[in-house]
Amino acid sequence: MNNNVKIKNIRNLIISLILILATFAILSFLDSNSDEMGYAISIIERSLIFAVVAVSMNLVNGFTGLFSLGQAGFMAIGAYVTAIFTIPIAKRPSVYYINGINELIANIEIPIPVALILGGLVAAGFAALIGIPVLRLKSDYLAIATLGFAEIIRAIIASPMMDKITNGSYGLKGIPAFNNIYEVFILSFICISLMVLLINSSYGRAFMAIRENEIAAESVGINLFKMKELSFVISSFFTGVGGGMLAMFMRSIDSKTFQLSLTYDILLIVILGGIGSVSGSILGAFIITAGKELLRFFDEPLTIGGVNIPLFKPGLRMVVFSILLMLIVLFWNKGLMGGHEITYDNIGKFFKNLQSKLRLKQASNNKQTIKER
Amino acid sequence: MDTILQHGLTGISLGGAYALIAIGYTLVYGILRLINFAHGDIFMMAGYFMIFAFANFPWYIAIILVLIATVILGVAIEKAAYSPLRNAPRMSVMISAIGVSYLLQNLATYLFTALPMSYPEIPGLKKILIIGNLTASLVTFITPIVTIVLSAGLIILINNTKIGMSMRAVSRDYEAAQLMGIKLNTTISFTFAVGSLLAAIGSILYFTDRMMVFPFSGSLPGLKCFVAAVLGGIGSIPGAVIGGFILGIGETILIACGQSTFSDAFTFVLLIIILLFRPTGIFGEKVIDKV
Repeated sequence: MNNNVKIKNIRNLIISLILILATFAILSFLDSNSDEMGYAISIIERSLIFAVVAVSMNLVNGFTGLFSLGQAGFMAIGAYVTAIFTIPIAKRPSVYYINGINELIANIEIPIPVALILGGLVAAGFAALIGIPVLRLKSDYLAIATLGFAEIIRAIIASPMMDKITNGSYGLKGIPAFNNIYEVFILSFICISLMVLLINSSYGRAFMAIRENEIAAESVGINLFKMKELSFVISSFFTGVGGGMLAMFMRSIDSKTFQLSLTYDILLIVILGGIGSVSGSILGAFIITAGKELLRFFDEPLTIGGVNIPLFKPGLRMVVFSILLMLIVLFWNKGLMGGHEITYDNIGKFFKNLQSKLRLKQASNNKQTIKER
Repeated sequence: MDTILQHGLTGISLGGAYALIAIGYTLVYGILRLINFAHGDIFMMAGYFMIFAFANFPWYIAIILVLIATVILGVAIEKAAYSPLRNAPRMSVMISAIGVSYLLQNLATYLFTALPMSYPEIPGLKKILIIGNLTASLVTFITPIVTIVLSAGLIILINNTKIGMSMRAVSRDYEAAQLMGIKLNTTISFTFAVGSLLAAIGSILYFTDRMMVFPFSGSLPGLKCFVAAVLGGIGSIPGAVIGGFILGIGETILIACGQSTFSDAFTFVLLIIILLFRPTGIFGEKVIDKV
């Protein structure tokens, strides 16, 4: 038994090493050919960023069972904090050319990693404040309240009072970009790993106990409010970091970037991947982001044999996308992973099951042919 | 004094439109325990229906067509997106509702573009009336009256008719109601029909005042009206009406004070306060959590 576990551990270690090497091989290939592969790189970077946000949404919605819809708001906070403190000082007059910039922040420029963490911390701080009243609410009330707060945050960012800080409705430009794809990969890898560690810790188990049954969780000594607040704040921290990464990816942001539809996009990723599955969320982020790009032809006018098909015009892509979301919700509400994780064992089991199924099928086919004879 | 009255009048009118939509939320929540996120978008679609109906028909026929189309839309959404999930966990149903809302917004963007379209003027509704020092269009005076008449009618319907009785039974305990021979699906469809009808009337009154329809014009009013329903006590029709008026007046006062940024925030702050101090709303019944 013990030996078996040891062999398994060694096997897993070897597979992990191979996977890491393979990933870096792919990344270095992409990076060295960044001119030709620019499109692929941008899709992968966007997927990675959305994976971070989706996993953090999953942490609160899937693992703790709190239906929070405030993601867009926390992303906006993270994105704006990162942007404000990383736009090069020399560029600032041209960014804030309409309203000028507040003297307090005009000359502060901090390194990017610090700015990202600061963005996460500010988002987490807001979440902690919002959480105190909101987390006492039950499922659907919580959804409405968090959604409302996201809208409030957006309204405040765009309001004339914040003109000298957020540049109001004009948005911020000239945010420094990532130097290469490694940075995005490593950042999102760190974020997701930290969340996985949290989920597998005793805190994570407490979160799941709350999801399964609040009253039972409370009766075994879990401090409901403290745990919910913890989950909410940590999730918002990573959502804020994700927002900062999105700002660096997009290089220019405005308050319209962080509308409700952004939250819905992330929700779609979480549902497609399976609520309560980290690997599902990562997979979902890649599928949805790549899918959105692949489906871009829906938005372009289509002519077949000189005839213009009137169905294809801007907006069809999103209609197709929302129909897909509805179909998943209605007929396949477990999503890709259905609360399971991709592990080496599970992959092995999956193939074994497939094999035995095929064998069974073959056997029954053989029997039938024998009978027919 | 006059300005206060003038703003009060605007607030009451806005509140009336809110109240009509809030009734739709309260009815559906009362029966299915579901926030019908799509309700605000049904209201938005009713606005678009009016634009197209008005272009092709005289206004009285157009209004009737809009009411019918909106009711059909509401019932169709229930049949397609909510009834297959009758026994699913609540979160799935809510996600389905969000999905419908997302779909309707994208569909409207696709069909009618994201640019605002101007709402037609129904003859007479925009006529300016001057009473003393107050000037307002006719629709401002009509809205609260229509709201109160309709909600009174609805209360009579629910208390005194057979279908109303079955609605009450389903909202109390739908399994027991089924055992008593009440047709669950018919009752739920009827509820959605009534809710959508009121949303359509509300949309005519609301958009006549705003004169613009765009694909997202339903989402924020929708959320606000849900808050109005919670404020009044979810499941209670007089509660929804009063909640609608409180929100409408409060918002107008904030806008009048020059705080238009926070007029939307006001709604959600109100939601938090009411849920913390009186979770069942003004008229709500007390619910006890069972283990």
